[in-house]
Amino acid sequence: MIVAKYRSREVISNYIILIIFALIAILPLAVLIFNSIKPQMEFGVNPLGPPSEIRFENFSEAWVKGEYAKVFFNSLKLVTGSVFLCLAVSLAAGFSLAKLNPKGSAIIAVYLLVGISIPAQLYIVPLFLLWKEIHLLNTHIGLIIIYTALNAPFATFLIRSYMIRLPDELFEAARLDGANTFQLFFRVALPLSWPVILTAGLIISLAVWNEFLFALTFISEEGFKPMATILFAFQWRFENNYALQSASAIMMVAPVAILFMLFQRRFISGLTSGGLKG
Amino acid sequence: MKIFSNKNFVAWYFVFPVAFIHLFVIGIPSLASLALCLTDWRGLGEINYIGFENFIELFDDRYLKKAIINNVIWTIAFLTVPVGIALTCAYLLTGIKRGQMFFRLAFFFPYMLASVINCQIWKYLFHPIHGLGGFFERIGWDLLAVSPFTMKSTSLFAVAFVDGWHFWGFLVVIYLTGMYQVDNHLYEAADIEGATKFQKFRYITLPMIRPVFVFSIMIIIIWSVPVFDYVYILTGGGPAYSSEVIANYMYSQAFERFDVGYSSAIGTLMFFYVMIIVALFGLFRKAGWDI
Repeated sequence: MIVAKYRSREVISNYIILIIFALIAILPLAVLIFNSIKPQMEFGVNPLGPPSEIRFENFSEAWVKGEYAKVFFNSLKLVTGSVFLCLAVSLAAGFSLAKLNPKGSAIIAVYLLVGISIPAQLYIVPLFLLWKEIHLLNTHIGLIIIYTALNAPFATFLIRSYMIRLPDELFEAARLDGANTFQLFFRVALPLSWPVILTAGLIISLAVWNEFLFALTFISEEGFKPMATILFAFQWRFENNYALQSASAIMMVAPVAILFMLFQRRFISGLTSGGLKG
Repeated sequence: MKIFSNKNFVAWYFVFPVAFIHLFVIGIPSLASLALCLTDWRGLGEINYIGFENFIELFDDRYLKKAIINNVIWTIAFLTVPVGIALTCAYLLTGIKRGQMFFRLAFFFPYMLASVINCQIWKYLFHPIHGLGGFFERIGWDLLAVSPFTMKSTSLFAVAFVDGWHFWGFLVVIYLTGMYQVDNHLYEAADIEGATKFQKFRYITLPMIRPVFVFSIMIIIIWSVPVFDYVYILTGGGPAYSSEVIANYMYSQAFERFDVGYSSAIGTLMFFYVMIIVALFGLFRKAGWDI
């Protein structure tokens, strides 16, 4: 009995500490949600609490003033372009490194591993000048190529570690039936790899949607900017209009939150398996 | 022609696109930077070789010195506070049955958010009139009456706090995956011996999760080098360079003063530091540290 009592006391103290930390993680987000539906007038008297009157017009006002229809489209273009290009090249490379193992491919693997830890500050200036030279500054395709390169090492290793577990017998059997290497890739490897394709696609989308440094550096023209840098500009343009600022922030968070609710396990396992800082 | 249909060669076709894009975007510009750091190039005109002059200037640059010290403080802060909190929370999570998933998601969610969002949230919360300062004033406490981002003594820690708030949930999940692999019999045996909670943590959990723990230490050290977003957005390195970090300083040298040679020298320094850290951990692994 004494043991049981001690145990339950211990469990309660565990919960109390965990709840405190959960509140520290979540309450700031709750304030952001409250602020996004709060009338601007109310900020002076009620900075943190829930709004007295729910005002969804903040969203429509922010949507119009920030021209978010276009900004959303810009971000969406970057995300889909990067996901497709990055998945295409990473799937091919992951397949080759997992199942074909051409002589000397270890060099590529080592190169990509080193590539993951090169700080962007080393190459961003020459890259900027190169992009200027070949007229890729202020274009979405230029940024898509950069995002592909940034995320490809991680995606390649994630895909490789998945494909390596596919049974070799399948590939040998297909080979005996006369399939060439491309058919092995398209007919055997790809259809079996949809779980890792989904995980990698989600992680790349998140990384591109949230990315700041390269979007800031390579897109200076207002009309081409994605969510992240527009929101940054918005914070200066409407410095004291917290209702508009918060509503725009919620618009950027909402897609992430929805996808996270649907695919929590994939996000968590994908993000913790590689080395990817959000 | 036979070589192109050779099985080995076809396998190379598949790796080629990744290698090409990565070399084009990261590999070659990196090499260019390693070469440009020995020049006085300013992005236009002639490129003059000046030897190690940039590096000599670099070691005399007191703003850079300040930035390096701040990066060291940042690294130490991240190696202690978020690691400590995350270890505690992960350990406590293994001791409860109900609501585990909820806590895990709650801790992890801020990690999914963009830096601009996190900065906006905390800029508001640290606002002296709105935000927490205004709230504390209303209930009669003299707390956060000045935004910590605007004070020299606190700006660096305030920025690190925001980044840490966003990051620690990631550590919780990493440690949890390690802790789930610990055999429950070990804890039961310790219970019978009458071990305290802390003793169990110190002598069972910590040794068993050493591989993930060392991994987390390594990525924190590596990720603390190119810290940029939070400093740039929240303080821009100010006030009076009090929250300046290397990446932000390098960015201003490159894109405000267009000193390509000098900023390449800073980038080169960061690169070698990271490579040394990676090599060290590689050596530890080789030496049988079981990382």
